[in-house]
Amino acid sequence: MRGDHSESRRRLLTRAGALTAFGALGAARALAAELGSSRALGFAELPDGTLAEQALFKLPGKVPLIKKSYRPPNFETPIEYFRTPVTRNDAFFVRWHLAGIPELTAAEWSLTVGGDSAERELKFTLADLKKDFEPAEITAVCQCSGNRRGLFEPHVAGVEWGVGAMGNAVWKGVRLKDVLAKAGVKASALEVAFNGADQPPIAATPDFVKSLPVAVAMDGNTLIAYEMNGKALPHWNGFPARLIVPGWTGTYWVKQVVSVKVTSEPEKNFWMSAAYRLPRGKFTTPTFKSQLYSPNEPITTMVVNSLITSLTNGQQIPHGKAIEVKGLAWDGGAGIARVEVSTDGAGWHAARLGRDFGRFSFREFSMTIPSRERGALVVMARATSRSGETQVEQLIFNPAGYHHNVIQRLYLEVV
Amino acid sequence: MKAPVMIAAVAALLAAAGVARAQESKIQLKEGPGRDKVNACLACHSLDYIQMNSRFLDKSGWTAEVSKMINVFKAPIAKDDVEAIASYLAQNYGKPPQ
Repeated sequence: MRGDHSESRRRLLTRAGALTAFGALGAARALAAELGSSRALGFAELPDGTLAEQALFKLPGKVPLIKKSYRPPNFETPIEYFRTPVTRNDAFFVRWHLAGIPELTAAEWSLTVGGDSAERELKFTLADLKKDFEPAEITAVCQCSGNRRGLFEPHVAGVEWGVGAMGNAVWKGVRLKDVLAKAGVKASALEVAFNGADQPPIAATPDFVKSLPVAVAMDGNTLIAYEMNGKALPHWNGFPARLIVPGWTGTYWVKQVVSVKVTSEPEKNFWMSAAYRLPRGKFTTPTFKSQLYSPNEPITTMVVNSLITSLTNGQQIPHGKAIEVKGLAWDGGAGIARVEVSTDGAGWHAARLGRDFGRFSFREFSMTIPSRERGALVVMARATSRSGETQVEQLIFNPAGYHHNVIQRLYLEVV
Repeated sequence: MKAPVMIAAVAALLAAAGVARAQESKIQLKEGPGRDKVNACLACHSLDYIQMNSRFLDKSGWTAEVSKMINVFKAPIAKDDVEAIASYLAQNYGKPPQ
């Protein structure tokens, strides 16, 4: 992009921002109180039917979460739980595809490892995993592929998530590669497929099975976790054990995992071949090479993103008071290089980054904006990863509503 | 996982999910022609999926959703009922006329 072009573009953005600020304030103030409203957080608004229907609801063992659907249970974490870098177990979002979710006990659970590209089939109990393998721990963000789907313009069908279909936890378990090594991985191995204990209410519905490239399955960061933030996994988050695939979107983090199959053929069930797919070439995320048998491709790693958690759209700031901008940033595993804050869309200023919990974790950021003259202003945050990927100004539309990482725009009023 | 051992476990779950089930039964969809046929959706999911996905799909959008439920997820919905269900959804939960 030429310098003159980018300069005029910047001016245009500034002007657009200022104009919208005046128009948006009234509407923002009226809606700020609505539960889970995305406009209140500086984004396009959720569908009106979603806003009207969603409510706080307490699942057993959870704090009240934003109910998207009762059955299968889909519940979103409210914004206030994102003011710490690690998300509480009892506030962690809940997402299931199939309504048949067994309540498992640690004693009855077991994991079968096999497949046509495994040397042998083995079965492990939870006690076996804890006894026979070196434990491993990692702090990693689990984010639903469709987090922020409800913010898409135009809206697309699906679970209409706001910003809270994500969480960050310290996961402890065993390395998948250690488990696979015991079963023996043949040279013919192409993918590793995972099945959970959940099942469809109707037998003919495709069971939820996900696969990973063998290299990702063999990555030392990929775990079979039995602990989350120092405690057993909550039932709703996959007790007794789930897959942890740091950097990859939540769809691969199979809950209640009971079967691991090393295979020489791509897994082609509905959940791999049709769901969780993106138009090819629209994103720069890694390609899942053994799954390129149709015009689209599977979603893989998360895109870089951030969320301001300290301000709401339309908020009034008393004149003379500084504005505290705080929030979280994350990406698909490069780690966060910087978060910049802007109050005009033209100048971007580096925020202070919080403690580094590793490249797969939420990273806190903060900045204090000195008190401003009375009137409207916009506050934006833009995260950039260590691989140079940055958040987008315009939505990269895709039909299933994945990878929303549009820069947040909060309009404030100094009064 | 479709293993026989899991069937008993699913029954156990229904007790734990009872709270949500009770809440689910309070969902009231709008009255209108075709409303009764929409109960077929309950075989697999709660009806709040409909409210959540409103109001932005037009008739062809809702028809595509119902067809997906039948063709992909094998919903027990008679093909003859697709028109009535899609009409009900478009009428009551569809994109408002421009």
